Amino acid sequence: MRRLVLALAVLVPGLSFAAGEADAPKNIEWTFSGPFGTFDLPAARRGLQVYLDVCSTCHSLRYVAYRNLTEIGLTEDQAKAIAASHEVRDGPDETGAYFMRPAGLAEKFVPPFANEQAARFANGGAYPPDLSLMYKARPNGANYVYSLLTGYGEPPADVELAPGMNYNPYFPGHQTAMPQPLLDDIVQYADGTPATLDNMARDVVQFLAWAAEPNLPTRHRMGFGVLIYLIILGGLLFAVKKQVWRDQH
Amino acid sequence: MTAEPKGDDGTRRDFIYIATGAFATVGAGIATWPFIDQMNPAADVLALASLEVDISGIQPGHALTVKWRGKPVFIRHRTPEEISQARAVNVADLRDPMRDEDRVQQDKWLIVVGICTHLGCIPLGVKETDPKGDFDGYFCPCHGSHYDSSARVRKGPAPRNLEVPAYEFLTPTLVKIG
Amino acid sequence: MSGEPQHIDDLHHELKLRGVLGWIEYRLPVFNWINNAVGTNYPTPKNLNYFWNFGALAGIALVIQILTGIVLAAHYVPTVDGAFASVERIMRDVNYGWLFRYVHANGASLFFAIVYVHLFRNLYYGSYKYPRELLWWLGLIILLLMIITAFMGYVLPWGQMSYWGATVITNLFGAIPLIGDNLVLWLWGGYSVGEALLRGFYSLHYLLAFVIAGLAIVHIWALHQHRSNNPLGIDIKGPQDVLPFHPYYTTKDLFGLGIYLIIFAALVFYMPNALGEPDNYIPADPLQTPAHIVPEWYLLPFYAILRAIPDKLGGVMALAAALLVLFAVPWLDTSKVRSARFRPIYRQLFWILVADVFLLGYIGGSPAEGIYIPIGQLATAYYFAHFLILLPIVGKLESPKPLPDSIATAVLEENKRKRARKLPQVGVQPTSAGGHH
Repeated sequence: MRRLVLALAVLVPGLSFAAGEADAPKNIEWTFSGPFGTFDLPAARRGLQVYLDVCSTCHSLRYVAYRNLTEIGLTEDQAKAIAASHEVRDGPDETGAYFMRPAGLAEKFVPPFANEQAARFANGGAYPPDLSLMYKARPNGANYVYSLLTGYGEPPADVELAPGMNYNPYFPGHQTAMPQPLLDDIVQYADGTPATLDNMARDVVQFLAWAAEPNLPTRHRMGFGVLIYLIILGGLLFAVKKQVWRDQH
Repeated sequence: MTAEPKGDDGTRRDFIYIATGAFATVGAGIATWPFIDQMNPAADVLALASLEVDISGIQPGHALTVKWRGKPVFIRHRTPEEISQARAVNVADLRDPMRDEDRVQQDKWLIVVGICTHLGCIPLGVKETDPKGDFDGYFCPCHGSHYDSSARVRKGPAPRNLEVPAYEFLTPTLVKIG
Repeated sequence: MSGEPQHIDDLHHELKLRGVLGWIEYRLPVFNWINNAVGTNYPTPKNLNYFWNFGALAGIALVIQILTGIVLAAHYVPTVDGAFASVERIMRDVNYGWLFRYVHANGASLFFAIVYVHLFRNLYYGSYKYPRELLWWLGLIILLLMIITAFMGYVLPWGQMSYWGATVITNLFGAIPLIGDNLVLWLWGGYSVGEALLRGFYSLHYLLAFVIAGLAIVHIWALHQHRSNNPLGIDIKGPQDVLPFHPYYTTKDLFGLGIYLIIFAALVFYMPNALGEPDNYIPADPLQTPAHIVPEWYLLPFYAILRAIPDKLGGVMALAAALLVLFAVPWLDTSKVRSARFRPIYRQLFWILVADVFLLGYIGGSPAEGIYIPIGQLATAYYFAHFLILLPIVGKLESPKPLPDSIATAVLEENKRKRARKLPQVGVQPTSAGGHH
């Protein structure tokens, strides 16, 4: 079972600070929670932009393919353009050599670092985790990501930060190697939405929730039909049972 | 079920049984669909279904094999003789009648899936040294099917011409297959 | 039939088949085999309550696991580098792959829930007593295999909990004297949990599902030898005590199945990850242990017992004993009366045991520190005391309430009481949604 609070102390890749439990995340109403919930696609597209402009410099998204972006409303050409701005290794060609070429729609998001060692080396020893499943890999994932992104601040007087660390009460141990990634107007939204910290954090959550569970809207829709069917079937089966047992009562 | 005299009661009872049975059968039928659909190509497999090939390096009279959906595709740069040879055939005499004009988008480029329509072997004829069969196209060594320079079956057990995949020329030298 | 049947063995509802079915039946009597197992030729006590639905439900749960498992196995890659990614591919790219995986994962949880209710039903109604001891044992062996199968299945996605769960549990075997170290080496097939273990678990996970299915058939075979127990715990005396399984219990089981499927669907479609650990969505990392390792909920009571003993070998032995003691229950329970309905003291003890197991589950899910440790030890001690001390003593000391003459008379009285209770107020057909007869 989800051990909501305790598991927050779980796994902080690359960091081993003395246990200190994270604060309970803020509670936000998400469009995708609840039985009829679905993603806010314009927000998810803005979240994609934040991911590409900010997060993707350190965090990979290795289980999502560029072709998937059409699911949140990008055109195939837009998705292709995003893919083509990254290079993947291909080969061997007819001379046996490996070569770099622009990524295509079939490719997964190209990670910012070649491997974990390179990522750690570039980030002072910390390993920026992959974000494809972040929404599901943390208890209360959506609220956790939102709280983390908006939770940076000055440390209280009694907290001493380790070198290179940043204060964030929503992170287990209250300090994280990730500097505050989002600041007001760090990106410019094409649709005119003000790029406030709060808006960007919400948009990123929409994007990451979709990235982790792209089938959520289908699942919710299908579940509704299945439940209606099963409730009717249950009623019918009850009637059958009652009918059969009538002579015994 | 226990045998009882029928009446209004019996009709009502039968209705419940039949309605429930029918309703459950429909549901069970629908539930089999995911079991079937999971055998269809997955999204990532479909995404790999198209392939872009640079054909600028293929000289007239030569051919190239590329792998598309796990199958060989023959791309042949036909000479004028090969083209006129393919067009001189009386289409009505063919086992699988097709005009050469309908099998190519650009006269000099013949693009076909290199799988013999008999039992799935790969015909010879791409390499210079390969036998090209009696009709100067492809020859399947497994059971001796001969294809002409439009890759139409002319002799042997194959029932159909070599299949032309969906493709388009993105540029004069870049073709997208699939 | 001539005259009323005097003995239960006089009841015969043999199928007489003609045509194609008759042709088959003459050569392979499969239709009567089914009819004898779950059809009109299986006389069943007429007073079974809804707790008797859970055996059939468990069978259906197993079938669901096998069907979805076969599909998942067709898409899964049992390698250290490929397992996690292949599960994500199933979730994202395979058509309806997410549905199969969520049904399989939640189906395992619900399978255990059903089997636990089934097991406690037996404890309450004394179904394990003479002459059903072997039936009880077969059920326990099935439970044991289920635990192993579920554990191996949990390792397959190769997430953090998979990896560290496998590490912790395989290390348990190291506690066994003399052969322990070798056992661990064989389980691992290397110096640590890795490729060889993953493939071995995959192979066995697939195999064991069918072993369980086979044992389930033997379990039903043993059940039919002396027929179902019933809420009164008294033997069937004659034809007036029974009903043919079909249509009475087939329809009742189907209705129960309908309810089960509603719960199942709600879980799969609306909270598919509620019973899982978020950590298992992080790929296995051999250099980083999660701060809080817990098994799935259905193993938490056993996990609490394991941790209650602050000694490696002791903990493993307690864990094994917690399961083994159940095998001895038919002899530890000295009472001649089966059903707790007629055993006022045992009935209280039963509910205390249920509470104790829930408490153990809670402790198993909590960190092994502070107040949780002594509480876990007390709960463990009580668990064993219930079976080893209380059960034998209470059976001797308790004076049971008088048993009814027969199932038929008890059912008649019950119906009379119900009618008397309902008629004055409602004045309509006396039926209720929850119970029956």
